[in-house]
Amino acid sequence: MLKIENLHVRVEDKPILKGISLHIKPGEVHAIMGPNGSGKSTLSHVLAGRDGYEVTAGTVIYKGKNLLDMPPEERAREGVFLAFQYPVEIPGVSNVYLLKAALNAVRKHRGLPELDAFDFLQMIKAKTKLVEMDEKFLYRAVNEGFSGGEKKRNEILQMAVLEPSLCILDETDSGLDIDALKIVSDGVNSLRSADRSFILVTHYQRLLDYIKPDQVHVLAQGRIVKTGDASLALELEERGYGWIDQTMGEAA
Amino acid sequence: MSATAQTIEKLISQEYKQGFVTDLETDTIPPGLSEDVIRIISAKKDEPDWMLQWRLEAYRHWLTMTDPRWAYVDYARIDYQSISYYSAPKQKEGPKSLDEVDPKVLETYNKLGIPIYEQEFLAGVAVDAVFDSVSVATTFKDKLKEAGVIFCSMSEAIREHPELVKQYLGSVVPTGDNFFAALNAAVFSDGSFVFIPKGVRCPMELSTYFRINAANTGQFERTLIIAEEGSHVSYLEGCTAPMRDENQLHAAVVELVALDNAQIKYSTVQNWYPGDEEGKGGIYNFVTKRGECRGVNSKISWTQVETGSAVTWKYPSCVLKGDNSIGEFYSVALTNHRQQADTGTKMIHIGKNTRSTIISKGISAGKAQNSYRGLVKVLKSAENARNHTQCDSLLIGDRCGAHTFPYIEVKQPSAVVEHEATTSKISEDQLFFCQQRGLSAEDAVSMIVNGFCKEVFKELPMEFAVEAQALLGISLEGSVG
Repeated sequence: MLKIENLHVRVEDKPILKGISLHIKPGEVHAIMGPNGSGKSTLSHVLAGRDGYEVTAGTVIYKGKNLLDMPPEERAREGVFLAFQYPVEIPGVSNVYLLKAALNAVRKHRGLPELDAFDFLQMIKAKTKLVEMDEKFLYRAVNEGFSGGEKKRNEILQMAVLEPSLCILDETDSGLDIDALKIVSDGVNSLRSADRSFILVTHYQRLLDYIKPDQVHVLAQGRIVKTGDASLALELEERGYGWIDQTMGEAA
Repeated sequence: MSATAQTIEKLISQEYKQGFVTDLETDTIPPGLSEDVIRIISAKKDEPDWMLQWRLEAYRHWLTMTDPRWAYVDYARIDYQSISYYSAPKQKEGPKSLDEVDPKVLETYNKLGIPIYEQEFLAGVAVDAVFDSVSVATTFKDKLKEAGVIFCSMSEAIREHPELVKQYLGSVVPTGDNFFAALNAAVFSDGSFVFIPKGVRCPMELSTYFRINAANTGQFERTLIIAEEGSHVSYLEGCTAPMRDENQLHAAVVELVALDNAQIKYSTVQNWYPGDEEGKGGIYNFVTKRGECRGVNSKISWTQVETGSAVTWKYPSCVLKGDNSIGEFYSVALTNHRQQADTGTKMIHIGKNTRSTIISKGISAGKAQNSYRGLVKVLKSAENARNHTQCDSLLIGDRCGAHTFPYIEVKQPSAVVEHEATTSKISEDQLFFCQQRGLSAEDAVSMIVNGFCKEVFKELPMEFAVEAQALLGISLEGSVG
């Protein structure tokens, strides 16, 4: 699904990622953990194609294609989805309109016809149930006046509608209370399938209580310093990120 | 350049699509303005003497005035002697049906995407098509006649309904109201006249498509709409103009009169040639639009979508005389390249319990300057008057400007006046978010701009809303929302 080799990224001359390699197979869930400033968000933004990041070395191959060559909208249409840490508000644009425009852009790219209004509404209503969202949110402006939890649920709703192959969740758990976290996690779990992969970027282990990862990677100072199974996250939780600094110190 | 900047660059550098000139024989008088020229205009139009005297009086007043320079716009002084004040397509007799209309005129409308046949057929919209200065096609007359509605050219109204014209013309915008209104009164070429009798709900939306077509011809439309007691009317005005090198002056006057319990809704989509990227050659649009809620419980609503013209100077206003009367102003003004717009409204509260709403959306791109200028005036007599003003500006790129000049004068302590204003930019975050959901940057900008204007678009009649959104270069929103 995704092969990242030796990825180096700079932001305004400052190296942020210093040689990331990561292989993700279809159906796998990878958690990327690390302290603030370790480069977690940079990695998700670079994968999604955001402006302002300079790739100085390395490759990213997604489904056999060079991901870094594609503009952001093409990556999205090819099935790369980023759930934002801070979802933006778009005043005056209804949620349902955005969903329809996005879905049709993706379907067009895949050579599928646009859904008619009736089928679209049926589908979208089913998906709102999945994230336990009131249908009235469909007709409100995108994220405008939404609580933090509602915004994150809205991201998962968009994910459910667009049915991407690679889902990147950028600190989706931040700012969520336990109930919202559970709803979001249930949504994600229901979307897990043999041909869909996930990257969970998170600071805390608690998200991983709800979404069980296949692999956990610890990112520090722009490098993956440790990789393990779900138990690594628990160990990290127990010992803190100081433990990582310590191991890195030993390595150096 | 970032992807955002490139997208915006591409969007705002789009060329004016309505630029073409129809090759028609025209009857144009030589440039210059004098009492003789006014006599010629009046004679060409077979006007009665009282009309000529009205024009001459306005002209004499105009000679004592200077053009206003207080607006936040900058343009070369206009040489009023270099303008030709009358131009009419050559026509032997008035057409009795569309078949008799010059096929080239009809073709022009087709290019604009306004096929008259289709409108007639599908939309049930009566079109009083003003082509340059003389009405060449008027449709649906019979249907309107049945309802007692008069919808005709101003010239015809002067001939056929002189008593109504005498009573109402200049009663809202007096001949000496301002420099451009005085000029218009002196030389107005034609325009629309609408009269809705007592208790009648106009059976269809009334629509006029304007088009400035002959080079160097100032256009001076004069529109008068009268809604008698308890009547309703919705009037649509849409404009496009061909590409030109020289500036064209347009100084229209629109007067609305609403008597007791009457309602007038006036919608405009304006897309005149804005000039090239350097701002050369665009239309100067200096318009006086005013409605008077003369009767109790009357209502006047202005909705405008302004995307064209090099310089816009326009303040559709409501004089709320009748008790409980309502004035509304909904506006989208988009400027790009070097366009300049100074536009807004005036709400004059005179009667008791009068209410007004102002929603203004200014979008500025390129090197354009976009100003909102609005006056809310509550006189001593206007007990319990209420106004709500919302004034939002959206900046696209970093070389344009948005300005707000609200004037509030309140002489009545029970009045409630609210003013809200915001200025925002399309953020990189919004754009990236939309792209990450699969939308192209162009579509994303369109969607965001569309969302920004939504409160105004929803006030437009459906077919106009579609055109308005197309004018902003964007796809339609709301088919499911």
